[in-house]
Amino acid sequence: MTLVINQVTKKFGTHTAVDRLSLEIPEQEMFGFLGGNGAGKTTTFRMILGLIDMTEGEITWDGKKIDYKKSHLIGYLPEERGLYPKLTVKDQIIYLGKLRGMNKNDALSELEKWLERFKVPDYLNKKVEELSKGNQQKIQFISAVIHKPKLLILDEPFSGLDPVNVEMLKEAVLDLKQQGTSIVFSSHQMQHVEELCEHLCILQKGKPVVQGALRDIKRSFGKKNLIIHSEFPLDFLESFPGVVKYKALAQGCELQIENEEISQNILAEIQGKGFLRKFELEEPSLNDIFIEKVGASYE
Amino acid sequence: MNKFWTILSHTYLTKIKAKSFIISTVIAIIFVVGLANLQSIIDLFSGDGKDEVAIIDESGGLIDGFVENAEQANDEIDMVVYEGTEEEAKTAVQEDEFKALIVLSLDDTGLPEGTYYANTISETGMQSFFEQQLQQLKIIMASQQSGMDPATLMEINSPVSFEVVPLDEAAKTSEELNQARGIVYIMLFVLYIAVMSYGQMIMTDVANEKSSRVMEILVSSAPAITHMFAKIIGIALVGLTQVGALVLVGYFLIQSKQDELMGGIFEYLGFQDVSISIYIYAIVFFLLGYLLYATLAATLGSLVSRVEDAGQMMIPMIFLIMIAFFIAMFGLNAPDTTLVTVTSYIPFFSPMIMFMRVGMLDVPVWEVAISIGILIATIILLAAIGARIYKGGVLMYGRSSSFKDIKKALALSKKE
Repeated sequence: MTLVINQVTKKFGTHTAVDRLSLEIPEQEMFGFLGGNGAGKTTTFRMILGLIDMTEGEITWDGKKIDYKKSHLIGYLPEERGLYPKLTVKDQIIYLGKLRGMNKNDALSELEKWLERFKVPDYLNKKVEELSKGNQQKIQFISAVIHKPKLLILDEPFSGLDPVNVEMLKEAVLDLKQQGTSIVFSSHQMQHVEELCEHLCILQKGKPVVQGALRDIKRSFGKKNLIIHSEFPLDFLESFPGVVKYKALAQGCELQIENEEISQNILAEIQGKGFLRKFELEEPSLNDIFIEKVGASYE
Repeated sequence: MNKFWTILSHTYLTKIKAKSFIISTVIAIIFVVGLANLQSIIDLFSGDGKDEVAIIDESGGLIDGFVENAEQANDEIDMVVYEGTEEEAKTAVQEDEFKALIVLSLDDTGLPEGTYYANTISETGMQSFFEQQLQQLKIIMASQQSGMDPATLMEINSPVSFEVVPLDEAAKTSEELNQARGIVYIMLFVLYIAVMSYGQMIMTDVANEKSSRVMEILVSSAPAITHMFAKIIGIALVGLTQVGALVLVGYFLIQSKQDELMGGIFEYLGFQDVSISIYIYAIVFFLLGYLLYATLAATLGSLVSRVEDAGQMMIPMIFLIMIAFFIAMFGLNAPDTTLVTVTSYIPFFSPMIMFMRVGMLDVPVWEVAISIGILIATIILLAAIGARIYKGGVLMYGRSSSFKDIKKALALSKKE
């Protein structure tokens, strides 16, 4: 059940929202989409779901086009949250579950399980408009997963949640993955993607700038981070050959260096200059890669 | 198909259970009950005794004939011969002892004349009634003066025989026309109200799902076109439930007051002996008319982002149905005009106007078939375009709600 996006382009008039995007999302994988506002994430999701037609290219799942016959296998959490404000949680989820091919009793028992898990079992008969935004989001999430989809698309699932709820949702997502669901999700926040995804894609203005396995991306990025804590000034390192970025910290500095060899040159340079508390070579964070690739203009 | 039923039943049940629906249905039922009992209600309010009218006869010889005739012609009036001066009588009227005062006298030629006094003269019914009575008296007296034999006079006074006969054998007789007019009237009103209220319901429902953003989940579960038509038909069923409740109540009312209603208002409306074909046409044109306007309403509803904007989108639709309604109303008295004939083929007007023509004229079947054909073709075309607009429109959010959005919505649902 691999999801294949093959040379997909979407144009709105003269504006190109997605430009020749090719991706492969293996089964039981968690795939992250990163990108600034208007990068084409939501458009891509809508094309996967068949809500809008692509201009060129094709998207297949398990070798076949996705149509409404498969909608019971797909779950979707849209970026703009939406539920019927006047309906109770129960009526709402049963209706949406039925639309995904469930029967009433299954939907109800699944809903009870999920409410229990999210520690809000008393919401069953409450109207959605009575719930807080964060709790509405939990209900929204339940509506996307109630029918145990094989492919789950989550557009900004963690935005607007407090850290406790983010953790709760993350666990739920990881559990679903364990149970065999392929998950595609987008986020503004790098750490979520870094934490959850094996594969990712960074979109900029509809074009994939970076894509592949997280580990490979980090390795091939080349640049490393170097953190030094010392009791003597380090500002001379700013102009040291091979140092790309210099950021002063209270106890020392954080450097971005072109490759790991440079770290040894730096070590040789600062030895004997005074007391060295910390000297640590780190993999670059996704945030570093994102800023490098998409431009410092973001965030 | 399964999803179609899910959406349909969800739409139907949430609407039926809504407070607004229950309240409006109850009000409509009260209205119908009131209408059926209209006669009793009128009697209730006017039943507090007869109006007493004082009369003074200055000539001395007129009063007997006048009182007798007037009381015979109108049993709501009680004539009282006033034994006093005219001034006293006027005071009595002012003090509400009498409804009015009539002073009769003879003019120079010996013919009767009269003066009518009342506190206000805004109620013209009674004035003209007495004027007529006096006029009759005058005619009788004048003809007697000229020596005319009373039998001749009777002859003159009896109504003339004037019959209207259509030469075209298939044309409707004036009796049939009167009957048809009633049912056409009702059907025009019902269609007008149905399009207005249920069209509005569809539009706000779609706008509601859009503004609460639940739409994106819905269209990812089921195709936009399924969603659109499930909604249209679901709300049609809501309408039928409401109308059905009214008909049921109406049926029992008729059963219980059959004698009173038959021959009364029912005869006027022509319910008694209208041919069955006109009922079939009524149903066909009603359903097609509803479908056409409902499809338009759903399409337009998909373009607005907020419920508040739905009213604005409703306006062009209201204009269309109003134009149709007024042409049909005009056509009731002149069904043969070119305007009516031409508009009976134009889709947005034809459900009303062609039905009116069928009711009022003898329209060849093929003409009706063409009109229905055009109507069905338009519905299919509109549904096809509407579904495209709907598909794009439901994903489109913005402040504006103009007709430019149709283009945008179409573009969104297209490949580029």
